[in-house]
Amino acid sequence: MSNPFVQLTLVKLREYTREPEAMFWVFVFPVLMTCALGIAFSDSGAAAIRVGVLSPSTSLGAGPSTPLGASAGLVATLDADPRIDATALSPEQAAAQLRDGAIALVVVPGAGGAVGYRFDRTRPESSVARFTVDEVLQRASGRADAFTPADDLVALPGSRYIDWLVPGLLGMNVMMTGLWGIAFSIGMARTKKLIKRLSATPMRRSHFLGAQVAGRLVFLPIEAGVLIVFAHYVFGVPVRGSWLLLSGVVLLGAVSGAALSLFVASRARSFEAISGLINIAIVPMWILSGVFFSSSHFPAAIQPFVQALPLTALNDALRSVMLAGDGFGAIAHEVAILSAWTIVCFGLTLRIFRWQ
Amino acid sequence: MLAIRCRNLRKRYADVVAVDGLDLDVRAGECFGLLGPNGAGKTTTIEILEGLNRPDEGEVEVLGMRWGRHDHQLRQKLGIQLQETQLNEKLTVEETLRLFRSFYDEGTALDAVLARVQLEPKRHAHVGKLSGGQKQRLSVGCALVGRPALLFLDEPTTGLDPQSRRQLWGLLEEFRREGGTILLTTHYMDEAEVLCDRLAIVDHGKIIAQGSPAELTASLPPRKVVSHNATLEDVFMSLTGRHLRDE
Repeated sequence: MSNPFVQLTLVKLREYTREPEAMFWVFVFPVLMTCALGIAFSDSGAAAIRVGVLSPSTSLGAGPSTPLGASAGLVATLDADPRIDATALSPEQAAAQLRDGAIALVVVPGAGGAVGYRFDRTRPESSVARFTVDEVLQRASGRADAFTPADDLVALPGSRYIDWLVPGLLGMNVMMTGLWGIAFSIGMARTKKLIKRLSATPMRRSHFLGAQVAGRLVFLPIEAGVLIVFAHYVFGVPVRGSWLLLSGVVLLGAVSGAALSLFVASRARSFEAISGLINIAIVPMWILSGVFFSSSHFPAAIQPFVQALPLTALNDALRSVMLAGDGFGAIAHEVAILSAWTIVCFGLTLRIFRWQ
Repeated sequence: MLAIRCRNLRKRYADVVAVDGLDLDVRAGECFGLLGPNGAGKTTTIEILEGLNRPDEGEVEVLGMRWGRHDHQLRQKLGIQLQETQLNEKLTVEETLRLFRSFYDEGTALDAVLARVQLEPKRHAHVGKLSGGQKQRLSVGCALVGRPALLFLDEPTTGLDPQSRRQLWGLLEEFRREGGTILLTTHYMDEAEVLCDRLAIVDHGKIIAQGSPAELTASLPPRKVVSHNATLEDVFMSLTGRHLRDE
């Protein structure tokens, strides 16, 4: 117990456990986030397409050639299809609901049984609605299919948004918790002259830096475990690869995050400086590293930068192991990127850390 | 035997000369006080002696050892209290002392340190909940926990109430009785008079007067004192002038 490394590590653990907010952000927040996003996205495929049918009875602009019964008939025809949820709407209601995203498409009854479609081409669900509605109406009007396709529906866990999201949330949490837990606490300790006071004792500097990392790793199994187990049992998010390899990737992610945190905190001497530096480290990864949406959406020109970010490598490796069930060979590239970040950040920290 | 010996110490920051050729001898077992107005170079000097700052020029020998050569051995022998350290508020008094104790090969038992700084009732209190005087005693406790031969104290009683000051004085006298050496800086002349065997008045990075409190007060020409016996404060004011030294 009187070992200085153990004592310094205990300090880190006490800092975490005596700060209820820290416990919330590390353990509870990711689970809440998974829950919220899981409920929002886990079965979005089953929701009916909501469309509006312009009703001439309330429509001042409708021409006299539009039969009064046409819109009611269209609603009935469309509603009969389980994929569609149709409602008769006045032009004002239709315009408002289309704008708010409550409906994906407005069906405008025309002369002689023809219809028009009003929708925003940039909304993917509107394009889907247009083709689905058109198919139903064309068939109802007597169009024969040239052939009957055989639909082979796939709804396996692993290909849904929630499956893609959970590894990203895990990666973000594993890497970024360290930035607040380590970088912020070092920055504050420096402003309080505590680091200077410690460096006036015979304390080994390697013990101090090592304890920052060790303190971070103690909670890692609970922190990552809670999220993986929760997502697995509640949303059926799979872990197809080996648990050992997954643990190794999580550990490497946390160590590289800790190394980055030490580097970020190596010079800052004020609250403002350390907060700014942490944000500089976090924000690009939050946006670019494929936490909430794929990093492949970004232009080719910045892809080398995106791919070199440690969180991109971590997220890619986690997805490979959890979703594709890949082995070590498939993630060797990501492991190399994370290892490089770890070594470079530790090396720079040892050189430039301000002990005053 | 000298606990501290330094010669021709010089330290310059970008636009200011903090220490300008300072010589200092502190004998083992004595309590030596550095007095001086704000910005006189006291803290820079003491930090150079503590190995926290490097001089541009000059020779420093502490307990017969040198910084850069015997750093680890030296740190084992020094007790240091810095001017503005805020200890970790999330830790308890006992945890803080145990942490500092763990850095030293040899030291004093925690209970003995707690008793000496009179914080036994606060053993399990969080540092954040301590009063100013209690925090300062804990800070001195952290300096004592490695059983140092030489204690550096930078303005140890600034901002404390009279009770806390006396308590701290008593603690330092006890350390002296056991053979410890103390180098302290202070703005309080009464404190210097009570605690210090010898004093140096520092201004503009140089020592401008040196001696025991009695020698210094005796050195003042009679015309400088108007209506009372010369005090150390009169000596200080006459040597360093009356203008304000706002940093």
